[in-house]
Amino acid sequence: MPPAEELVTLTDDGLYCPAGGFHIDPWNPVARAVVTHAHADHARWGCGTYLAADPGEHLLRTRLGETADIRTIPHGRPVDHNGVRVSFHPAGHVLGSAQVRLERWGEVWVVTGDYKLDPDPTCLPFEYVRCHTFITESTFGLPIYRWDRPDELFADVNGWWRANKDGGKCSNLYAYALGKAQRVMAGVDATIGPILTHGAVEKVTRAYRESGVTLPPTTPVGEVAVSRGKAKPWPGSLVIAPPSAAGSVWARKFEPASEAVASGWMRVRGARRRKAVDRGFALSDHADWPGLLTAVRESGATRVLATHGFAPVLARHLRERGLDAGVIATRYGDEEEWADPPAAEGIP
Amino acid sequence: MKAFADLFAALDETTRTTDKVAATARYFAAAPPADAVWAVYFLIGRKPRQAVPSKRLRLWARELAAVPEWLFDESYHHVGDVAETIALLLPPPSASSDRPLADWVENHLLPLRGLDEERQKADVLAAWAALDAGQRFVWNKLITGEFRVGVSQLLVVRALAQVSGLPADTVSHRLMGAWEPTPHFYAALVAPDAGDADVSRPYPFFLAHPLEGEPHALGPVHEWQAEWKWDGIRAQVVRRRGRSFVWSRGEELVTDRYPELASLADALPEGTVLDGEILPWRDGQVLPFGDLQKRIGRKTLSKKLLEEVPTVLMAYDLIEEAGADLREQPLAERRSRLEALAERAVHPALVLSPRLALDSWDALAEERRASRAKGVEGMMLKRRTAPYRVGRLRGDWWKWKVEPFAVDAVLIYAQPGHGKRSGLYTDYTFGVWEGDTLVPFAKAYSGLTDAEIRRVDAFVRANTLEKFGPVRTVKPELVFELGFEGIQASSRHKSGVAVRFPRMLRWRTDKKPEDADTLDRVKALLDVSVAGGGG
Repeated sequence: MPPAEELVTLTDDGLYCPAGGFHIDPWNPVARAVVTHAHADHARWGCGTYLAADPGEHLLRTRLGETADIRTIPHGRPVDHNGVRVSFHPAGHVLGSAQVRLERWGEVWVVTGDYKLDPDPTCLPFEYVRCHTFITESTFGLPIYRWDRPDELFADVNGWWRANKDGGKCSNLYAYALGKAQRVMAGVDATIGPILTHGAVEKVTRAYRESGVTLPPTTPVGEVAVSRGKAKPWPGSLVIAPPSAAGSVWARKFEPASEAVASGWMRVRGARRRKAVDRGFALSDHADWPGLLTAVRESGATRVLATHGFAPVLARHLRERGLDAGVIATRYGDEEEWADPPAAEGIP
Repeated sequence: MKAFADLFAALDETTRTTDKVAATARYFAAAPPADAVWAVYFLIGRKPRQAVPSKRLRLWARELAAVPEWLFDESYHHVGDVAETIALLLPPPSASSDRPLADWVENHLLPLRGLDEERQKADVLAAWAALDAGQRFVWNKLITGEFRVGVSQLLVVRALAQVSGLPADTVSHRLMGAWEPTPHFYAALVAPDAGDADVSRPYPFFLAHPLEGEPHALGPVHEWQAEWKWDGIRAQVVRRRGRSFVWSRGEELVTDRYPELASLADALPEGTVLDGEILPWRDGQVLPFGDLQKRIGRKTLSKKLLEEVPTVLMAYDLIEEAGADLREQPLAERRSRLEALAERAVHPALVLSPRLALDSWDALAEERRASRAKGVEGMMLKRRTAPYRVGRLRGDWWKWKVEPFAVDAVLIYAQPGHGKRSGLYTDYTFGVWEGDTLVPFAKAYSGLTDAEIRRVDAFVRANTLEKFGPVRTVKPELVFELGFEGIQASSRHKSGVAVRFPRMLRWRTDKKPEDADTLDRVKALLDVSVAGGGG
């Protein structure tokens, strides 16, 4: 018996499952929200109830507040909503990030949220889930986006940090406060020097630790003793701060400092130069082009819907490879992952 | 070439001049002269001609990366640079080589031009297979003839001065003029004393800074010399050992293109170097700059063109006389020698830049208002006691330009920029009203802050009406005040006018599109400007 309507449709509030009566990552307050991860463009304030995967519970509470009605379930364990079986599967994007699998009458859809295939010690690795229809992000959906291996990238970051230390400089690394910052901490060689954090980064880092993720020791910048007349304490440190702190008065106190940005956009020279920082590390929590194609292939889906990013490009490419592919115009994280509103940085 | 690619990356990665100088000096200190000389050549902006058409490179890269044309184009529009797009798309190299820069340039790059397509392809593919991502980018830039680095010649000069222990001015002078990138030249460049007697060599130009605010702050008016600021091509005319040379400010030898000036040089006394401006000139009056453009870049000059657009040297300064470098002499002394020379060496192509009467700053400001009618851009103020310096320095030479023409126009097309602005909509076409249609009238790229660019970029994305390749037609809604230096009637432009140096002066968020100017009002500016009268 063919389903009367699509399992997932697009409404003014976001992706919606009419049969199950819930939204997935809605951008407006709705009654029932299934959320893939705690980034502000996916987990919005003010919904009646939230359903998410277990590992992200603490982060979601940190972000949505203690009073939010949040229910979590383990990865891979389905729950039933009006005949729709809903389950979460690791997406490898940030701590607690999940793909949402929906099944009704034998038809399976997967909504990926954001994801990456590269290893990341701060979250569970991406799980390939077979489905008929695959709704995939496409933030870096151009073939020029191919990531270097994380170990090579972190060797570059370590080299930069060491050279700055030897030159008596502080190393300011700007990274998204939720996820990227913790991945950086876990990936760098913490024996080089102290790791200091911006307040927004420290809050999320605490939530990561409380969720059981092992991270090297960090000290909030505000707790570092600065005494008049004595040498500044900053040289040799790695300061991790959200992108919005770049160029701020706050960042200036670390001078002399070398500044770097960790973002997939740093793959392109023009983007690096526009940031006017000393270094750009193309470290991303999203899938690169080969990653997107691998995820699509491994899903076994015959139908693919691309969302946020270079969706029309990815869809056309997949169509030329014989898939039924289209675009869903969602409003998640604009083309610039780091142009997210400041609210995304400042965890309440 | 790895060291050179690393230097390129280091220069790209830092915004601090001192770090750039240090990285460049480190490179020169370690590089063999055969490599170093090519590095100097490329860093100061000289480049070999395009070796392979970029269309072929795109095709080969697409084949290698298994990317269809449309997907390559999407990538290119995002990256904004063919060489970089290719470097990012190619599969990783099979083996990384580290052959010297000179070997790559002399044995692989330069011979490419002469090969047939098949052999070109084989060589380019072999190079790609042997180079890592950083080197590939540099290599692609070199073979497309587009290699540009974000460093000034002055920065390279400072690095060479550091390495050689020479004064920067000496290095700068040795880099002027025609030279071949040989190890021998490099040795002479950094040698303690090379007997700098190259017969053709011009001097580094002294350039003026724009004057912001009123000139009263410059002190007593009698300490200054005032001249008109002419709009032509800055040049030096050199006469040494019976030979004549005309150099444009781009350090291009242009002797053949201006036979009038070559003839002038022939008439100069032995050991003379004049600094001045090449101007299109007839009957004691300057012609529109657009007329001079007809002669720029023209290899063969028809008799008709020479008659239509004769040129002169508007002489500003005398920097060598009887073989002696006069640059340390005060301007007042150089000027009186220049005037004496002009009296002796009478030639139709030699015009002495008039000194303007200096009674008071206020009187001078009054006279400056006549700039447009005279076909000049404003005034030059030069300190009478100042030597002839090197480069653009504050303090002794000021350009005091008149306010640009200004027109309110509506943004109608946008396309992505290049380099630092790739992936952002930064290149705009503006229209003015003719009846109820907007006629495209000028393109402008500069003048907005980064924050404004981001806002316009977001507007373009959200208000696209149509797409033609990379160009988007946008909803006519945003109004900008455009400034430009000159305006001239033109049959090649839809609007019937061509403007010089258009840029955005202000984003007029207070104006609606219907408040923008009309084409009639723009055309009325033709009458105000001598340069618009059409020769």
